Amino acid sequence: MNNAVKNPVYRKRLLAHRIGITLSVCAMGIGLAFLAWILWTLLYNGLGGLSSTLLTADTPAPGTPGGGLRNAIVGSVMMVGLSTLVSTPIGILAGIYLAEYGENNKFAQITRFVTDIMLSAPSIVIGLFVYAIYVANVQHFSGYAGSIALSLIAVPVVVRTTDNMLRLVPASLLEAAYALGAPHWKVAITVRLRAVKAGVVTGVLLAVARVTGETAPLLFTALNNQFYSNDMNAPLANLPVVIYTYAMSPYDDWRSLAWAGALLVTATVLLLNILSRTLFSQKTPR
Amino acid sequence: MSAHPSVTVNDLSDKAAAEDARHYEALRGTMRNQRIQDFFFHKITLLFAASVLLVLVGIIISLAIGAAPAFSQFGPGFITRVEWDPVNDEFGAMIAIWGTLATSIIALAVAFPISFGIALFLTEICPAWLRRPLGTAVELLAGVPSIIYGMWGLFVFAPLFAEYVQPALKETIGQLPIIGAIFQGPTMGIGIMTAGLILAIMIIPFIASVMRDVFEIVPTVLKESAYGLGCTRWEVVRKVVLPYTRNGVVGGVMLGLGRALGETMAVTFVIGNAHSLSASLFSPGNSISSTLANEFAEAATALHSSSLFALALILFGITFIVLSAAKLMLVGMSRNEGTK
Repeated sequence: MNNAVKNPVYRKRLLAHRIGITLSVCAMGIGLAFLAWILWTLLYNGLGGLSSTLLTADTPAPGTPGGGLRNAIVGSVMMVGLSTLVSTPIGILAGIYLAEYGENNKFAQITRFVTDIMLSAPSIVIGLFVYAIYVANVQHFSGYAGSIALSLIAVPVVVRTTDNMLRLVPASLLEAAYALGAPHWKVAITVRLRAVKAGVVTGVLLAVARVTGETAPLLFTALNNQFYSNDMNAPLANLPVVIYTYAMSPYDDWRSLAWAGALLVTATVLLLNILSRTLFSQKTPR
Repeated sequence: MSAHPSVTVNDLSDKAAAEDARHYEALRGTMRNQRIQDFFFHKITLLFAASVLLVLVGIIISLAIGAAPAFSQFGPGFITRVEWDPVNDEFGAMIAIWGTLATSIIALAVAFPISFGIALFLTEICPAWLRRPLGTAVELLAGVPSIIYGMWGLFVFAPLFAEYVQPALKETIGQLPIIGAIFQGPTMGIGIMTAGLILAIMIIPFIASVMRDVFEIVPTVLKESAYGLGCTRWEVVRKVVLPYTRNGVVGGVMLGLGRALGETMAVTFVIGNAHSLSASLFSPGNSISSTLANEFAEAATALHSSSLFALALILFGITFIVLSAAKLMLVGMSRNEGTK
């Protein structure tokens, strides 16, 4: 043992090992420290910005103290809700296609590939696309346009998780259903999809979490609205854009509202993420 | 037993045959119905799957149509023109492209080693009981909306960076002969460098979780045989895990690069939004996405908005290529699983 430790080759190797491991631990520490710092800043400023009128009052005029984010919250909920209603069936049906007919099928492979690309595609480009095909034609910004943009971002998330989940279902289960004479569609929906219900719901929740914090695609689709409105066919206030404009503004009141909104959005997104994770780990057979 | 005299074996078989025929007819009807139902099921799901492709094609076509006036005005040289002057209607993409590439490359250079360390820690060093909570923490942080990183960058990071880090860098590396120019310029806290660093913090969780996933598919047998030969843990990582997962690691890095290139909010807050090209990374600049975010809603002339469409098309093209490469490397990774 002693000899081994004195052996220069061994000492060199041990040194390399120690340096490598130390650097790795440092990296973990740096990563966690920055992320904790960001969350702490958010919590500190966000809690400071909370007020009793946050949920009941609308966004204030520049320089006016008080006010809240009611119109922005309502607008965000409406747009995210509509985009979830639209993207869930589209995403699930497309996911079923990929899982059911996707073996050795060029078209399905290309679709899978494109879905994966769209998952990370720049969201601002999606906003520009919706502007070009919808806003430019109807000549005004609207909540519908915002919902379309958010749906386009949500669909790939749902497709991808549905496809992945469905492919986890054991073939024996499907074969048993086929052996009873069930038609393909019935097996796909009442056996295969039902077996991974929780996993598919996870995908939908992840999609909701993803679009809740999206700002860029709403800048030229939903725009913003200083007043309370639930008209989806007109510019609609929404949390991310309000946070963006208020944070960039020179008014302290607006900035503290922006922090409160940021805390609200982040808390929602993280809760949805945690919810989908617990749901997934409880209900899905591994 | 007490069989009816009139019933013969023939009758019985006739009856059975008639029964069979009826069954057969019924069955055929059901099967026909099911075939029709399956046909529609196939076509309907196909339609929805095709809609994903259609959106991609639609994006490319609509961006190309929007960008056409700018390209016909300035020619393909639009990409390399260093000019962005909305007042005189003169546009070129180079400033924004440079901003996008410079911020993303800084982000990658900083994020890669840290993500690698994190992934390594999570798979090889971390005690088992800490593995799940830390892994979940990293994944959750990938979900934090990018606008939060932007706000933190503008209000917390940029002032500290301007006060402490930038002067120090300027006085040390900034004094060196050639690369010194990169670290010169105004120490305002916002600029290309800051945007790159904020992006780095943002993409660390993405890259780290992809790398962790690929490290985890290394067969335990391989690692154990290396340990059995007396390798240190570091040697196992360097000589077994890394070579085995090389494609996956590169794929993960490219995925992070794709995210960084297209990121809007985290960058727009801190890049400074100046249409100028400078060798200094401290000076404010503009990326493609931040130009779009700032100017699209206010574009006054047709040529201005067309030039913005052209920028978007370029951005989409670059990210599409990078993400495709990432995807191909990661796919190759899982296909070769088990054959190596």
